[in-house]
Parts: sequence; structure tokens; C-alpha cells
Amino acid sequence: MKELICIVCPKGCHLRVDEEKDYQVTGHSCPRGAEYGRQELLNPTRVLTSTVRVEGGLHARLPVKTDGVIPKEKMMEAVRLLDSVRVQAPVKTGQVILPDVLGTGVSFVATRGM
Amino acid sequence: MYDLIVIGGGPAGLAAALEARGQGLEKILIVERDQELGGILNQCIHNGFGLHYFKEELTGPEYAGRFIEKLADSGIQVALDTMVLDVTPQREVHTVSRRTGYRVEQAKTVLLAMGCRERTRGAIAIPGARPAGIYTAGAAQRYVNMEGYMPGRRVVILGSGDIGLIMARRMTLEGAKVLACVELMPYSGGLNRNIVQCLQDYSIPLYLSHTIVDVKGRERVEQVTVAKVDENRRPIPGTEMVFDCDTILLSVGLIPENELSKKAGIVLDRRTNGAVVYENMETSLPGVFACGNVVHVHDLVDFVTAESQRAGAAAARHVLEGPAQGDALEVKNAGAVSYTVPQKIRPQNAGKTVDVFFRVNRILSESVIRVEDGEGNPLARYPRERMAPGEMERFPLPKVLLEKAKGGFITVTAEEA
Amino acid sequence: MYDCLIIGCGVTGAALAYELSRYKLKVAVLEKENDVADGTTKANSAIIHAGYDPKPGTLMARLNVEGAALAKELCGKLDVPYQQIGSFVLAFDEADRETLEKLYRQGTENGVPGLELLDGDAARRLEPNLSAEVVAALHAPSAGIVSPWEYALALAETAVRNGVELYLENRVEAIEALSRGWRVTTNAGSYETRCLFNAAGIHAADIHNLALPESFRILPDRGQYYLLDKSEGTRVSKVIFQCPTKVGKGVLVSPTVHGNLIVGPNAEEIADGEDTSTTGEGLQFVKKMAMRSVPSVSFRDSIRNFAGVRAVSDQEDFILGRAAEGFYDLAGIKSPGLTAAPAIARYIVRLAGQDGLALEEKEAIIDERRRVRFQELSMEEKNALIARDPRYGRVICRCETVTEGEIAASLHTPIPPRSVDGVKRRVGAGMGRCQGGFCGPRVLELLARETGAAPDEVLQDKAGSYILVGETKTGNGSSSKD
Repeated sequence: MKELICIVCPKGCHLRVDEEKDYQVTGHSCPRGAEYGRQELLNPTRVLTSTVRVEGGLHARLPVKTDGVIPKEKMMEAVRLLDSVRVQAPVKTGQVILPDVLGTGVSFVATRGM
Repeated sequence: MYDLIVIGGGPAGLAAALEARGQGLEKILIVERDQELGGILNQCIHNGFGLHYFKEELTGPEYAGRFIEKLADSGIQVALDTMVLDVTPQREVHTVSRRTGYRVEQAKTVLLAMGCRERTRGAIAIPGARPAGIYTAGAAQRYVNMEGYMPGRRVVILGSGDIGLIMARRMTLEGAKVLACVELMPYSGGLNRNIVQCLQDYSIPLYLSHTIVDVKGRERVEQVTVAKVDENRRPIPGTEMVFDCDTILLSVGLIPENELSKKAGIVLDRRTNGAVVYENMETSLPGVFACGNVVHVHDLVDFVTAESQRAGAAAARHVLEGPAQGDALEVKNAGAVSYTVPQKIRPQNAGKTVDVFFRVNRILSESVIRVEDGEGNPLARYPRERMAPGEMERFPLPKVLLEKAKGGFITVTAEEA
Repeated sequence: MYDCLIIGCGVTGAALAYELSRYKLKVAVLEKENDVADGTTKANSAIIHAGYDPKPGTLMARLNVEGAALAKELCGKLDVPYQQIGSFVLAFDEADRETLEKLYRQGTENGVPGLELLDGDAARRLEPNLSAEVVAALHAPSAGIVSPWEYALALAETAVRNGVELYLENRVEAIEALSRGWRVTTNAGSYETRCLFNAAGIHAADIHNLALPESFRILPDRGQYYLLDKSEGTRVSKVIFQCPTKVGKGVLVSPTVHGNLIVGPNAEEIADGEDTSTTGEGLQFVKKMAMRSVPSVSFRDSIRNFAGVRAVSDQEDFILGRAAEGFYDLAGIKSPGLTAAPAIARYIVRLAGQDGLALEEKEAIIDERRRVRFQELSMEEKNALIARDPRYGRVICRCETVTEGEIAASLHTPIPPRSVDGVKRRVGAGMGRCQGGFCGPRVLELLARETGAAPDEVLQDKAGSYILVGETKTGNGSSSKD
């Protein structure tokens, strides 16, 4: 039995996941919480947010995020990829900045226009 | 003459202005001191915003972006890079900017949405040397996320507020080593999910009931000493730990930014450091409303949006239908409740329910929120599984109950069941 | 060969430079830090003392009273914030009352104008937040408050405008006697002079000993302070002292010229004169003592703690005079040194003149200084200014309402700031309740832009006090790690 805090929403439910009973989750208050509890033990994932260098914009950095979750253990490697990215303003919200991050099929996209 | 001048173009000001426009106000001006709208959300590039309001998970810039887009064809005027220097009780707004110089604008209603600022080292008297390398978490966030500069490489974070936790993760992802997050209280001031995904994910230790007792370094931070504290928050000798670091980030609380409100003569609440507000977010000055973090510090922007929409709607109603009427009940707090917003309710002016927001001053397990009137008659009770100071609570108080309240005030109590 | 070389540009060195700049002399000032007024001068109680404390007949007594009068005149001429708000010394018991009487007698003998003894009730009528325990007070209407660093800066700037050379980041390493004069070697250069003036504050004994046999010692004495928000700035309207003790003038509570409340200092002898750390115990002591005078001070409105180190010496009086042919000490300048500074300068110049320094006045000198304080202007003046230079329409420091125009102007003064704190001392940006949390990054950006430095080269304060350590996302595939 593993105890964890759900991070799906700010509520922070205290989940219990039973590895012996097919990763059955208790303590959740929504279906997403149950899914999170199971997933967190089997294959933990996160949405990753960071920035990239932007030229010609209001600021020196453009915020980006992965448009889906990536495996937790790939976060550091994924964020390093952004070091060599340079984009030129104008950029639109949702514009793909770096496709298919580490073969996950997930892309880094801009989270604002600039 | 404006129908409404909104001071501050962050999430509170944006939501309030849009709602007021939606309710029929014609001439609205948002005054924003920065070069763009969105306020602090622009530097909050992490996700987790919008689950309540948009039912999806957005980053700060995305959340702000949705409102800024709506503003584009709303007819609401925006003055960027413009600072408000004064608001008078007659609702004259003094502004200064490069383009328009010093101006005084008259408004039928004014809405205060200036947000909050971070508590600094001086407010909490951290002893030791005063070298460079000590920043509020928000200042560091701006450097890293918008300007693209690292404020340090080896970091100790004091305070476990959400911005501190978020910055622990951001600094780590940018290659810094975060050595510890140190919290004076026996519990974290931040959300549980942030402790998991910002500290635990990166194996950053959280020291509860600890504080910084010394800082060393002449030009730049070189070392901090952290010690455990007793139940009176006094450092316990012999428990010191030393960290070699070049940076201290402070996440030790937020203070509503009410200098303009003070100058205008608006009644403030020492508990919240914000204005005392009525059920419709009106302040002690008729026609002047306030919403968002300038009233009380929120954890979630979604609730700022909801509160600001109520304020915007109330400003519209004030202009279109005239001032709110009715005698007010004072809302008092007791037990573990450390404040309430609103602090005053005019039942006659209430909608079907009034949402009452509050925080508790300690962690409560299975507990109950009780509401009584001024004569001690119970009005309502709401059970809770758990309450914590880091999480704002709210409950809806039906108008029918408020109309029954005797004695001129009601009391909100929270206690363990 | 210089005629005069001054070591140290605190308020004493600055006042001396100002005084010497009136004469046809070649004068230079050496300062080890990257700004003037960066030691004791920037961290003290900021009081212009009336002059009842020093023992009658001492140099200290004479120069205090003279300095207080000069300060008023100089601050007016050189646009330095100064307010003559008067001071109280409080008595809590009979022994204190006797001390007040002694101070009254001393003050009268020293020539302090307008002194009066009040009973507790009369004192509370003038100052309603005083403790009910106060039984008497000595009122000195000539006491005042000043911005100490702007005072020193204004004196130094005016000296530079009149031809004095200022060399910052010049730490003196050696001094040798020449046949007629002295050679001073610093980390950055070598300077020869006929007359050498030692105004090195905390380090005055070290400087003296580089050239001459030891004749006095400096015993650095640290004092810790609270600075409170402007919401507390009217808690008292005068400088509120307690009775002086052997170690100093005790803990005071006073408004500042910037509208805040200052509370402190304690007194602790320390080994390292550069150690301006605060301590938990020190601050606790200050708080406790201050509440004795004014119980309602709200320490929850603290915006900053700091400590300053006073150059106390092993002698009772200031150490002022010729230590050798052409070598003058201005040392042991403890309280009331800030007040006495211009009088000290005049005293020493007169002395050097008697020793043969040719004091021929220049035909014309600049003896005024003005700077724009946007916040204090009328609406019409603000508009006129913004029309002329739109940068005055952009507020950078929102706590103190300091504009980009004021910061830009400070970068073109005779002694431009070299750091974010240097900007703060010149225009007040970052001095308010958020302590630069909001404007710090913006001031950094302006400094970088205007001086052509990279953002990670901009300093917080002294050399080495870098703010940023490098860029994120370097764009070349590797993040800058070191």
C-alpha cells in the first residue's frame, strides 16, 4: 500500500494505492485522481513548463509547455533540449516550438503570444 | 467621465472590467503600470491555473491570455505603462505616464485591483549579514522566466509559500541546486500538490519548524545557518545546520498593496491588510470596489476571477441602478478562523447566497464551520474533513438565513468536531 | 603632485573635500569602495545633534554646535533632505532626571540654543505616544534629521564640480614619506601629495600606522537598527532619546527625512569593523528598549534591519590634528561626527593653513546643487517635466514614486552610481516598503542599458556583490553552469 498526495488539482487529496490489488486507488474524490494514483505508481508523468530564448519580443524569454504529459524521468533531458532553441517574434499562443520531444510524440508549445 | 476606472490590469482587474462591460457599462478604463496586461500571471509560467473556471489546466500566461483576448473587441480602454498616484474619495484618479503626462480622470465608480506584494527580509528580521543574493521568490521568478537570468546556483528557500515551491522546481530545472526549503511553521503555507511536484519530485528536503538564524557573506551570500524552532518559534540552540549557498529566496507571505486605498481614506482590515468590503466587494467609500489579492491573498486565481466578476457586476449595478441599500451585519470571526471576506453583509443587497471566504490559523482535522447571529442563535453549519492555513475556505450563506440574523452581527467559527 | 590628498570619502572626507574645493589647490580623494558614503556614513541614526552631550571645552562640543548650524545652511544650499524637528531626552526616574539637568547645564555651556526641561505631562502633550513612565524630558529644538548619505554625496559632488578628483575603488596599501610630502600607493595607482588627510573612519588607525607610529586605536562599535514603514513615520514627531550611558546615546526612536521611523541602535564592540551583520539578540534588545520610550511602535511594520559600525577610538574627544609634517588625522569620529563634519573640515583646513597650506580662494565656485524629486512637484511641474523628458512619466519605484527620468539623471551626475544600491542612495528607488522587490529588476535593467554593462555584471552594492550569475537558455546547447 502506497500513500500519495494527488496533484491533479489544488485540492490535494490523500490517495492510497494498493499495488497488490491491481493498483486500486482509494481516497480520491474524482476519476482523474484515481487515474493519477494508478499512473503515478506505474508510469509517473508530468506536464513540463519552461522557457525558450526569443528575439524581437517584449521579453527575452518565451514561456512554453509540453502539450501533453511526458515521463517524469525524462523531464531533465527534455528541458535541456530547450537550451539550443531560439525563436523569432512574433509567436502565437499554441505555436509548436519543438515537436516530438524525445520521441514521446509530445511537443513544446508557446503559452503566450509575443 | 468614466463609468468605471479599474486600477490594475492583472487577473482581478481584467475579470472585473469584462464583467462590468457585460453588465452594460459603456465607458471603462483599465490603468496598468506595466507594459502589458496580465499582471503577475505573465511570470507564472507553470501550469495549474484554471481548473475551476475553465475546467482545464492552463499556465499563467495562458490564463491571462484568455481574458486579454476577450478584452480586444470589448470596447474597454486600456492605459498601459501608466501609474496611478492617487485616488480621491470623490473618485478622481490621478495617473502619470510617458505618453499622457499627469492627468486626473473622473469616474462614477472605481475598482481597486492592485494585487499584492511580497514580504521582504526586513519584515521578518532575518539576522546576519546583508550581502547580495537574497531575493523574494517573485523577483527571482521574474529574472528567470521573463528576463532569462539566473539569480544564483546554490539556493536555500525560506518559507514554503507556493511561489517558493514553484521556484524550487524552476531553479532546479534551470540547473541550480536547491539545497533546502525551510519553513518556520509546523506546516507548509503552500498547496500539497506543490510540495509533491516541486520538492518531492526533485528530492528537495522540506524542513518544517525551522528558520534561518544567520547569513554569512560580505558581498554575496556564502552560507546560511538554519535551526529548528520550538513551539514559540524560538530557535533551539544545538540544532543548527549550515548550508553553503549563494542565494536565499524568500517566500514568506504576501501583503495586499493598499497604499492607494489608505491615501483615499478607505477603511482597512488589520487581519487581511486589505479593505473592509461588503457582500458586493464595495469598500467603505461608496462607489469604490476592490477585488482579488488587494482584498485578501488568494491561493487560486480562479477564485480571484470569481470574486472580481462579482465586484465588476456590483460596479455596473451601482452606475445603472444606483447605490446599494440596506443595513449591514458585521461578520465576526472566532475559533480557528483568522478573518473573513466579506467583513460586512447587507442582507437586503445580497443575491440568493453570499460566499464567505476565510482562512484558519492552524491545521484542523475533521471539523465544522458554525455561523451564529449576534444573539447566539445558530444559523448554519458546514462540515469539513480537513482545513489548513494554506488553503482558503469558503461557504455559501443563504440570504434567507441572513435576513433572520439578530443582534447586528454574525460570527463564523471553525473548530474540530 | 597634489596639494591635498584625502583618504576616505565618508561624510568627514566629503566635507573636507568640499571645504578644500574653495581654494586654488590640487585636491584628490581616495575611497576604497565603489561609492562615497559607503561605511559609517550610510548606516547610522541620521541625526543632527543639538550639542548638549559632549563635555564642555572639548573639540567635540564646539564642533558639534558649530556643525549643527552649518548643516542647516549646507543642506539648504546643496538640496539635502533635512528637517529641524527637535529632540527629547527622556527621564524615567530620579537618576535620569539628574542626568537631564546635567545635560541641560552642559548644553547651555556649549551654546546650544533653546534648551528646556519639561515634566512628563508637558512632554506627552508635545509627543502623545510617549510612555506614561516618562517623568521628564530635555527638549532641544535645534536638533534635526538628515539624509546622511545624500549629505555626504552632495558635499562630494560639489567638490568634484569644483575640480576635486575622486578615485573610487582605491584601497590604500602603503604610505611613504617624501622629502616634502607623502606618496600613497593603492591597489590601483600611486599618488603624491604635500598634505595628506586621514579620514578613513573605521580604518583610520590602520592608515595612520602605515605612515607613522601608533598613537591611537579604533575600537569598532556596532549598532543595529530597525527601519519601519511610513505608516509608522508619524509615531513620534521629534528625535526621542533615552539618557546616554557610558556606551552611547542609547536607543532612539525618530522619524527619518524619508518619512519612515528609525529605531536603534544598540552598542556592541566588535573585532571586525566591516562586520555589519545584525543579530537576533541585538535586534531584540533594540526593540525592548524602544518600547520603553514609545510602547506603541508597531514592529510588524518593519521594512528593514541594518547595522552600522561607529569609529569609536580609545580617546574621549575627536582625534583632529597634525600627526606629522603634512599629515593630518581626522579620526575617532564617533557620534556626533555626522553633525560635526563640516565644522571638522573647517577646523582642519584652518590648521593646515596655519601650517603653511596656501589658502587662496578661487574667483568663482559652484556652491549649489539641485535634483528633481518627482514626487514633490506640483501637477503643473510634473507635466512640464514629462513634456520635456517623457522618462519622468514612467514610475520605476512605486513605493517611493521614483521615475526613470530621475534614475537616468543620477547616472549623469559628477559621481554616478555604480550599483543598484548606489541608485537607491541617490534617488530613493528601492528604499520603500517592498525594498526593491518590484523595482530592483527594473533598476538593474536601466543600469545595464545606460552603462552598457551586461545584466549579470550589474552590482547590488559593493564590488563583488553581483545580482545575477548568468543567462538561462544560452542558445548554444549548454546552459551556463558557472
